[in-house]
Amino acid sequence: MPQTMKKCGEGSFELSNPVRIASAACAAGPFEKRGLLKEAFDLAFDDPYLGEKTWEKAEGSLARRIAAKLLEKSGLAPADVDFFFAGDLERQCMASTLGLLPYEIPYFGLYGACSTFTEGLILASALLDGGFGRRAGVITTSHFSTAEREYRTPLIYGKQRQPSAQHTVTGGGAVLLTALPAPEGVPYAAVTRFRVGRMRDMGITDAGNMGAAMAPAAAETLTGFLEDFGKTGDDYDLILTGDLGEVGHRILKELTHGMGFPLEGVLDDCGRLLYKEEQDAHAGGSGAGCSSLVFASSVLPRLLRGELGKVLFASTGALLSATSLLQGESIPGICHVVEVEAFSGKERA
Amino acid sequence: MKLSLSREEYARKVAGITPASPLARDMLFAFLTGGGICLLGQLFLEFYLSLGLSEELSGSLTSVSLIALGAVFSLTGLYAKLARFGGAGTLLPITGFSNSMISAAVEFKSEGLVSGLGANAFRIAGPVIVYGISAGILYGAVYWLSSRL
Repeated sequence: MPQTMKKCGEGSFELSNPVRIASAACAAGPFEKRGLLKEAFDLAFDDPYLGEKTWEKAEGSLARRIAAKLLEKSGLAPADVDFFFAGDLERQCMASTLGLLPYEIPYFGLYGACSTFTEGLILASALLDGGFGRRAGVITTSHFSTAEREYRTPLIYGKQRQPSAQHTVTGGGAVLLTALPAPEGVPYAAVTRFRVGRMRDMGITDAGNMGAAMAPAAAETLTGFLEDFGKTGDDYDLILTGDLGEVGHRILKELTHGMGFPLEGVLDDCGRLLYKEEQDAHAGGSGAGCSSLVFASSVLPRLLRGELGKVLFASTGALLSATSLLQGESIPGICHVVEVEAFSGKERA
Repeated sequence: MKLSLSREEYARKVAGITPASPLARDMLFAFLTGGGICLLGQLFLEFYLSLGLSEELSGSLTSVSLIALGAVFSLTGLYAKLARFGGAGTLLPITGFSNSMISAAVEFKSEGLVSGLGANAFRIAGPVIVYGISAGILYGAVYWLSSRL
């Protein structure tokens, strides 16, 4: 047994020392650039190909440029980073491979569908808290066109989508986590606690309603976390799920209410924060890059500005493949949660 | 905390919250779009007939014209935009068949001309051909047998 057991309650964990989020970077495509968070992106591209010849290379380029921006904003060289966790929605996570290949940073490829960003935050925080390194990066991306190719139909194929369908985000975000102490007096945000989600399959088979497939897992992860630490929704300024979209968000509100945790006042969803009504993105954004883009462009800056104090950040994933869908299998959902807290930087002194 | 809902109870909850497709509007748009494409076809037919061409040739030329027009609309991305509203009205006419082939051909060109474009051009249109031909054979067999009786 280690000296201090980090597991709390039935299945949540508390880090011995908060793992600081030293910097973040993000990039988005043209559709996102016209949306609600357009001012907040580090990079925004008008060309969805990013100057590449194929969509897959475009997403790889997206990941590469986000990683470069992250290193630039952190003032670090690739050799200063001990691990990089990366994930996307392409088969065998090729965008992450192409994106991080040039940097020669020790690399973990992750797949957790759209929950990957929080999955990476948890793994990176745990490694750093365990003393395995000083700095770790986490990056996730998605691209509308690679996702359409992989899961749906060719891009210029004409079709009608249902109101509960979501729009895969072209974009992504990255953070650099560090176990090193913060410079004195400078506000920062840090990961303090987490809960690893369990897969939940409630029998949803409609890929046009992935919010409904993911909401049960989100409800169980969030209420489990709150129960393990004896918290309620009132203890947080914001509880932000990954990409349930409008429909899944409404289901989650009802589910958590029914489980004795009314979260109506604090609950929101990354998929609802990216697009304007007139963009006709149906139920909102989705994709592995959705929650990382919103975290890097909106959540972290608000924590650093002091607008938010304590946040639960819970990316959600629908665990399906193009094959499983065609074979009529139902879609299990997953949701991981991290608690992120803002510190003034004066606590230690 | 484990959710204490059965799959059936959850399915009912989801159905209650998930917005339904606006069927009346969708059907009206499908009727107008599909009808519009058919009207265009009729105009082509009348035009070819007015040139003094035979009925059979005029019919074939009408199909070819619509397929070509469908391809042009597909390549400019206009067909996908039209289909967002037109739905089944853009899917059913021969222009939809054209769109399904052109879109797959463009999409898979990046995987090479043989194993990409060649192997995938019929990805969406393929089932129509497989079951269209199968139905034709079945119909022919029934027709042949019934004519012997």
